[in-house]
Amino acid sequence: MSPELVLGIYVFIMAIFVGFEVISRVPSVLHTPLMSGTNAIHGIVILGAFLIAGAADTPLLHALGFIAVVFGAANVFGGFVVTDRMLEMFKKREPGTDGDKKDA
Amino acid sequence: MLDLRASVIALSYIVAAVLFIFGLKQLSSPATARAGNRLAAIGMLLALVATLIDRQIVSYWTIAIGTLVGAVIGIYFARTVQMTAMPQMVALFNGMGGATAALVSVAEFIRLTRLGEPIGAGEATSIVLGCAIGAVSFTGSIIAFGKLQEILSGKPLQFPLQRFVNALILLAVFALGVMVVMGGGPPELWMLFGAALVLGAMFVLPIGGGDMPVVISILNSLTGLAAALTGFVLHNQMLVVAGVLVGASGTLLTLLMSTAMNRSVANVLFGAFGAAGNNTAAAASGVVRTVRQTTPEDTAIALAYARSVVIVPGYGLAVAEAQHTVRELATDLEKRGVNVKYAIHPVAGRMPGHMNVLLAEANVPYDQLLEMDQVNGEFPQTDVVLVVGANDVVNPAARDDPSSPIYGMPILDVDRARNIIVLKRSMGHGFAGIDNALFYHEKTRMLFGDARQSLTQVGQALKTA
Repeated sequence: MSPELVLGIYVFIMAIFVGFEVISRVPSVLHTPLMSGTNAIHGIVILGAFLIAGAADTPLLHALGFIAVVFGAANVFGGFVVTDRMLEMFKKREPGTDGDKKDA
Repeated sequence: MLDLRASVIALSYIVAAVLFIFGLKQLSSPATARAGNRLAAIGMLLALVATLIDRQIVSYWTIAIGTLVGAVIGIYFARTVQMTAMPQMVALFNGMGGATAALVSVAEFIRLTRLGEPIGAGEATSIVLGCAIGAVSFTGSIIAFGKLQEILSGKPLQFPLQRFVNALILLAVFALGVMVVMGGGPPELWMLFGAALVLGAMFVLPIGGGDMPVVISILNSLTGLAAALTGFVLHNQMLVVAGVLVGASGTLLTLLMSTAMNRSVANVLFGAFGAAGNNTAAAASGVVRTVRQTTPEDTAIALAYARSVVIVPGYGLAVAEAQHTVRELATDLEKRGVNVKYAIHPVAGRMPGHMNVLLAEANVPYDQLLEMDQVNGEFPQTDVVLVVGANDVVNPAARDDPSSPIYGMPILDVDRARNIIVLKRSMGHGFAGIDNALFYHEKTRMLFGDARQSLTQVGQALKTA
């Protein structure tokens, strides 16, 4: 195993703990935005598509890179925008109702 | 030692990872959720820009055009999609992420093979897994999208020897994976890619529409995992961290949803719940019982003279896009001094938190939304329960009838309220394909028709009541 792979596994395992710790208690009102927000975050894989597309030197790699970039960009931009739209609605409550209380 | 350029990239990735973690933390509290999403978006932007200065990138054309095309498509759909169509939107974006991960794995393998670089067993395993999981997530999400968009039937699709065929495909994916790791070339990886695409479709097809909250959570988690594996392939820790965070959140939601249905994840995936077999007995026993119908006018009077009303929304509310109408009706009732609450079952709708999003769109304040545990004690003191398009989550058989397929699933005890009015399109069954004893209960009145039309009529009748 390469040292880079070992480091990767290390990061992988630590991130599992961080992930569970950070997201362990989510109120059900936020289940959909959380899902849609994390959905946008996994669009990070577009980084890989950038590296492939930017270094492509055959038509096949160009094509694969291009499709991957398009899908990844749709995932990232669409994901964040739709989540923001959703969360905007959660803000739009009538002033003065108890709903404004922060139940964090 | 890293040179300056590589150092800048590495540091940007660390900052981006921290932004993701803080963003997710804030996403789990209503007061800060929007800021959290924006924080994560900033982290994403930082990571993307930093990647562009990577030495490996020699041409920017493909990246620029691809990003532009993808961004335009993504933003267009994100801005125009109806809130009721949110589950399929999430499924679609999720599938795109999965496809990206799979394509990146395949392309990197081809690139390395062409350069003649040796591929270690660890890297090859990551490529195989990233490709397989990404592909499964892609076609699985597309099928889920098709079911939610009603292009495909929401009913579980089954055929003889289904499990056997699926097991064979899984075996083929596994065997091809071993071949690639043992030194196979791009042809084997392409075949694996193809087999995994078929597997993803086959895995979601037999799952009923009502189990979609669990399926979407699992697919979300799989795409996260695929992204993390791509990180191993490219030696990019940013991908590993972000992918795992998503995987963890998806896993948590999956567990929450299956707990809410009191079924194991395996049962949801392989149970083919609501398959045709369950229907026959229920239909036969349903013939003798009578259903009591009501009119919008009588409903209006029952609501107007109640002290407390609990509204139970379900998938039917989303289908009829009746969230605004129901909110208007509730407002009119409150003006008359009626105490109105909403009871939200954790798996009502087609994705986690589906009903909450719809009611938020209609400006229903949080404090009127009660979760199952909060509201169940209140039903005996509730004058009228208005069930709008919910079915299995209010079926008393889940509590009382050990022979029922949904026995053991926690439900909203609406049958304990003084009066129950059920808005329903017709006497069709819920996704579980089973009869609902609630509809034949002597306290229950059925108001048939499209939920939005019925609610509008009730609202008009209320003005003269």
